[in-house]
Amino acid sequence: MLEIKNLHAEVDGKSILKGIDLNINKGEVHAIMGPNGSGKSTLANVLAGRDDYDITEGSVSFDGKDISELEPEERAGEGIFLAFQYPVEIPGVTNTTFLKEALNAQRKYRGEEELGGMEFVKLIRSKTKELGIKDDMLKRAVNVGFSGGEKKRNDILQMAVLNPKLAVLDETDSGLDIDALKIVAEGVNKLRAENNAILVITHYQRLLNYIVPDKVHVLAHGKIQRTGGKELALELEEKGYAGYSGEAA
Amino acid sequence: MAATQETVEQVQKLEMDKYKYGFVTDIETEKAPKGLSEDTVRFISAKKNEPEWMLEWRLKAYRLWLTMPEPKWGKLDLPEIDYQDSYYFSSPKSMEDRPQSLDEVDPELLRTYEKLGIPIKEQEVLAGVAVDYVFDSVSVATTFRKQLLDVGVIFCPISEAIQDYPELVKKYMGSVVPQGDNKHACLNSAVFTDGSFVYIPKGVRCPMELSTYFRINELNTGQFERTLIVADESSYVSYLEGCTAPQRDENQLHAAVVELIVMDDAEIKYSTVQNWYPGDEDGKGGIFNFVTKRGICKGKNSKISWTQVETGSAITWKYPSCILQGDNSVGEFYSVAITNGRQQADTGTKMIHLGKNTTSRIISKGISAGKSQNTYRGLVRVAAKADGARNFTQCDSLLVGQTCGAHTVPYIESKNRSARLEHEATTSKISDDQLFYCRQRGISEEDAVGLVVNGFCREVLQELPMEFAVEAQQLVKISLEGSVG
Repeated sequence: MLEIKNLHAEVDGKSILKGIDLNINKGEVHAIMGPNGSGKSTLANVLAGRDDYDITEGSVSFDGKDISELEPEERAGEGIFLAFQYPVEIPGVTNTTFLKEALNAQRKYRGEEELGGMEFVKLIRSKTKELGIKDDMLKRAVNVGFSGGEKKRNDILQMAVLNPKLAVLDETDSGLDIDALKIVAEGVNKLRAENNAILVITHYQRLLNYIVPDKVHVLAHGKIQRTGGKELALELEEKGYAGYSGEAA
Repeated sequence: MAATQETVEQVQKLEMDKYKYGFVTDIETEKAPKGLSEDTVRFISAKKNEPEWMLEWRLKAYRLWLTMPEPKWGKLDLPEIDYQDSYYFSSPKSMEDRPQSLDEVDPELLRTYEKLGIPIKEQEVLAGVAVDYVFDSVSVATTFRKQLLDVGVIFCPISEAIQDYPELVKKYMGSVVPQGDNKHACLNSAVFTDGSFVYIPKGVRCPMELSTYFRINELNTGQFERTLIVADESSYVSYLEGCTAPQRDENQLHAAVVELIVMDDAEIKYSTVQNWYPGDEDGKGGIFNFVTKRGICKGKNSKISWTQVETGSAITWKYPSCILQGDNSVGEFYSVAITNGRQQADTGTKMIHLGKNTTSRIISKGISAGKSQNTYRGLVRVAAKADGARNFTQCDSLLVGQTCGAHTVPYIESKNRSARLEHEATTSKISDDQLFYCRQRGISEEDAVGLVVNGFCREVLQELPMEFAVEAQQLVKISLEGSVG
């Protein structure tokens, strides 16, 4: 589904990713782990197409389609979703309005009919129920006054409503206490299905106790240094990134 | 970055031409001779078949106007205005004899309003909204007049009110905005052409929204409308004005006066959606919008609420104000002012607290984009006898891009120790993070700007009558298209 070949990318002219190869198939959960500054978040932003994150070499294809020239909103329409490390506040815009705009923009991109008010409310209610989120959250402005945990749960709700083919979770565990972490992981697990894939980007192993990956990759110095099964995460937990970080290593 | 900037500028150029209402109606007109003189004033008065007292009132204003200086205190880069280079009266020929029914209205005019999205057919307009259609210097039609009169509500062009209700007009015209208030209001007093007159009798809650739609069509012609609304004891009315003009390279002058008078326990809710042609991206053309709007809460427990959405005009100079004379009276001002391209806006309000326990509330949202300048200017004055006066002011500015300016100039004068005045102000920018967040969810960059700005203005937009809130949201979005930088 996602095929990354020899990906090089720079941010503001600074080379960060230096040749990444990664294949993710439908139904798989991959984890990318690595020390600070290894390029984890850069990879997430490059996949989502953020401005100023420029691909200098290599290719990224999604469902067989080269997406490297697509705008962020087009990639979203193709089915790529990014759960943010720091979800952004949008004052005055309710979650319902935001979700409806987003969903219908994506549907329009895919040539599907936009959802009317009633259908949309039905959909969103079924998702809040599934995730155990209170409906009053829908009336609040996007992430405004939300606790760290609420913001992440809101991202998961968006993911549930938008139903992406590939969800990239960019350090979504940062700043969460263990209860919030469990709730978010539970939400993600509910969305696991045969037809979609998940890429978890994290510094710590603990999230992977709850979202169990099929594969774990270690990213350092802009390259994937090692790939293994879920046991690799446990090894990293024990030994740290000492073997991968720093020029001396 | 340079490449991005270039693209942004190109897009901006494209989008500034997107003004939807820039077409011209090709119609034969009757005009006053060009320029301004006593003869012009007499011409207008004669065209309107006015009584002697009205002409005298106009001439007095004209003579005063000659002696008055231009108001210079706005933060506006204002070119010298050549008052002799403009027409002061223009009317479609077909309006020579006012049509007795809608069937007699010139089809070209009917088509114009259809194109503007506000057809002159009672059954087709939004249910429950009566509209007065003003085209250049004349009112073309006023819908639902009979139905309103059945409950005692007078809603008619002011030119007819002068004929039919002279006592009311004599009593109230100029009572809130005196002729010599400022040069623009004084000019209006001399050459005003049409506008709406509303009288709501005691105890009547106006059964529908009233609305006036102003259209400037003729080249080099100014529009000087005058609106007078009187709400008698325990009455209520909600009134909305909308405005558009063709896209032209020349500047056109619009100097309006609006006066509101509110008696005991009565309320007027006055909303404006201003969308005059703003000029092109280099600042060529556009309307000079000099408006004096003021209301007086004469009676106890009376209330005036101004809501404005200002998106158009090359220059906006406008301060809808409240004189809170009656005890316990309430004044409100909710404003969204958007400037893009080279637009300049200097707008705000004055809240004059005279009565006891009077309260006022000011919520102003300024959005600047392109190379525009946007200023909030507001005065809160508490007189010595206004015990217990309270004001809350909130001014928020939002900047889109690097080349625009936002300014907040609050004046506070309090002569009463018991007054409680609060002022809050913020300035923020649409962040790249917000835009990327929206785009990652599938929303295009332009839609994302529209969404964020609409969120920013929400408090104000929700004050608009429901029928117009959706339209205003669209307008906010359109006004900022291509402004991302």
